[in-house]
Amino acid sequence: MSPIVPMLYTVRVMAAEAKATTSPHTGQRSVGEIARTVLGPLLQLLLFIVGAAASLGLLVIVLALLLSASTPDLLSRVVTILPQVIIDGLVRGFLFATIALGYTMVYGVLEFINFAHGELFMVGGVVGAYVGFFLDRAGIIDGFNPFLFVVVVVAAGMTVSGLLAVTVERIAYRPLRNAPRLVPLISAIGVSLVLQDLARLFMTNFPTSEPLGFNARYNSPDYGPPLTLFEMNVGERSVPVVLSPKALIFITVATLMLIGLNYLVNATRLGKAIRATAQDMPTASLMGINVNQIISLTFLIGGALGGAAGALFGLNVGAVNPYMGLIPGLKAFTAAVLGGIGNITGAMVGGIVLGFMEAFVASYLGLFTGGAISGAAYADIVAFSMLILILIFRPSGLLGEATTTKV
Amino acid sequence: MALLELHNVHTYYGKIHALKGLSLRVEKGEIVTLIGSNGAGKSTTLRTISGLLTPRQGEVRFGGKRIDHTPPHEITQLGVAQSPEGRRIFPRLTVLENLEMGAYLHNTRSPTYHEDLERVFQLFPRLRERTSQKGGTLSGGEQQMLAIGRALMSRPQMLLLDEPSMGLAPVLVEQIFEIIKTINSQGMTVLLVEQNALQALGIANRGYVLQSGEIVLEDDAKALRENEMVQKAYLGLE
Repeated sequence: MSPIVPMLYTVRVMAAEAKATTSPHTGQRSVGEIARTVLGPLLQLLLFIVGAAASLGLLVIVLALLLSASTPDLLSRVVTILPQVIIDGLVRGFLFATIALGYTMVYGVLEFINFAHGELFMVGGVVGAYVGFFLDRAGIIDGFNPFLFVVVVVAAGMTVSGLLAVTVERIAYRPLRNAPRLVPLISAIGVSLVLQDLARLFMTNFPTSEPLGFNARYNSPDYGPPLTLFEMNVGERSVPVVLSPKALIFITVATLMLIGLNYLVNATRLGKAIRATAQDMPTASLMGINVNQIISLTFLIGGALGGAAGALFGLNVGAVNPYMGLIPGLKAFTAAVLGGIGNITGAMVGGIVLGFMEAFVASYLGLFTGGAISGAAYADIVAFSMLILILIFRPSGLLGEATTTKV
Repeated sequence: MALLELHNVHTYYGKIHALKGLSLRVEKGEIVTLIGSNGAGKSTTLRTISGLLTPRQGEVRFGGKRIDHTPPHEITQLGVAQSPEGRRIFPRLTVLENLEMGAYLHNTRSPTYHEDLERVFQLFPRLRERTSQKGGTLSGGEQQMLAIGRALMSRPQMLLLDEPSMGLAPVLVEQIFEIIKTINSQGMTVLLVEQNALQALGIANRGYVLQSGEIVLEDDAKALRENEMVQKAYLGLE
């Protein structure tokens, strides 16, 4: 992480300068200031993306140089796949980031880990698969506009998962709000199992004539062949660096959602109410804020983001099943802790860093061990070892801040 | 009819009986102070009025309307604002954002919002210099100013102040009490909870003395200051 630190410092200074120009008398904010509060976190995210890619890239190149005595062409093989690894890392990173936001927002407000959040992601995927399924049955999927399709599945996934999240909070968490902290946690695990099996029941029985099925295909219009970004020339070979259109859509939509969320949380009255509620719930209620409404809103936003991620992930992979939320959910939770749980920018940064780490391990572990260990199979070891290491050495996360209260 | 009236209020924390049949009233335009030692139930009384606690028995009326089972955000909407014990500034919101939260019920684009903001800055010029600073980085005195300013931003009919002098340097305590007097002279009804009985009785019209959840004395502020029991127990005079 070392090359990122000075850059981050610069961002902080810039942010401080930006704040100093707020006109203090009226509290009026110019468009430029709003843009800065919204884009500031995204700039930070961009720096983390560049920083993480650069540090990890440098690391593998150094490793390749050290090991090149035994395998002469190692360096060229390492460099050849590097751009592709970075792109894969970015896609994974955005996936974890969008899911992690749901964990972190709910944690920020209630200090409660919604372990059923992975299932909201799964439900988004299943909803998207149903959309594809019915369009296919109607025989119109092939001619369907691919962009409209994305809009429809994302909107459907967001709506269903968002409303589901609100419902779950009302039924399973709100009655336990004043119970000891372990109690709602167990309730969340229960909800998670219930949602998995409800989805399974639904998918294997609906529609009754010819159900979607347990391991369901995610039908979609044809998005065309992968886009070749550029060609890497290595010796006489030429290796294309590709990005699938679906992955590009994923990155684009995720970025738009992150911008939207940043605007909502940092620049609107409702967003300030969410932050006030997160910092001090009883005092927020004294301001006239209906905290139950804010909590519902938080679940709605988190659930909707998770649902959108599920719908896009299913589209990207081409298949869904009722248990697909478990591992991405746990990894996104790791990402949220890595970034500093409760911190929205932290969740994005944590997701990106974790995504890169995984992509690098998946691609390079096999290469460096001469094929003895398959990296793809063991990428999870990295994710969860990282969770343990953070919990031991930096429990507040990359961007987490120690909070102090004055008495 | 009194603006605020508590009648035979019983409030519990779990099994602990914190308020034992408390009754008091505050007339429009008054400063009424509630004095008593630590744990007497002063803050509990304010928290019961603002809806953070729900009494198990008894009535709380504001402007004639029962509010003892009304949620806190609706009580704020009715015109009761509280500056809570320990100030409870939102630490990671800026000073300006804290004030905006005080005005949450109003449109921050309206001209009245800017008048309210200007009024708070006139009462507390220090806050004007600190608008973009995070609430958690302010000094104790500045936080107290912000807590009172924030409460005023909701344009309340009545202000509940919980220990505004706590932890402040003597000079600042004087200042805060001066400001409370100013706010009151502009027409604000104030219910002031204080351990600093001398100062509180100095600016109040009337006062109540609270002891383990019960009112033991009630009188004009002047009479209370001369009361032997009050002098011994709360004013440190022999």
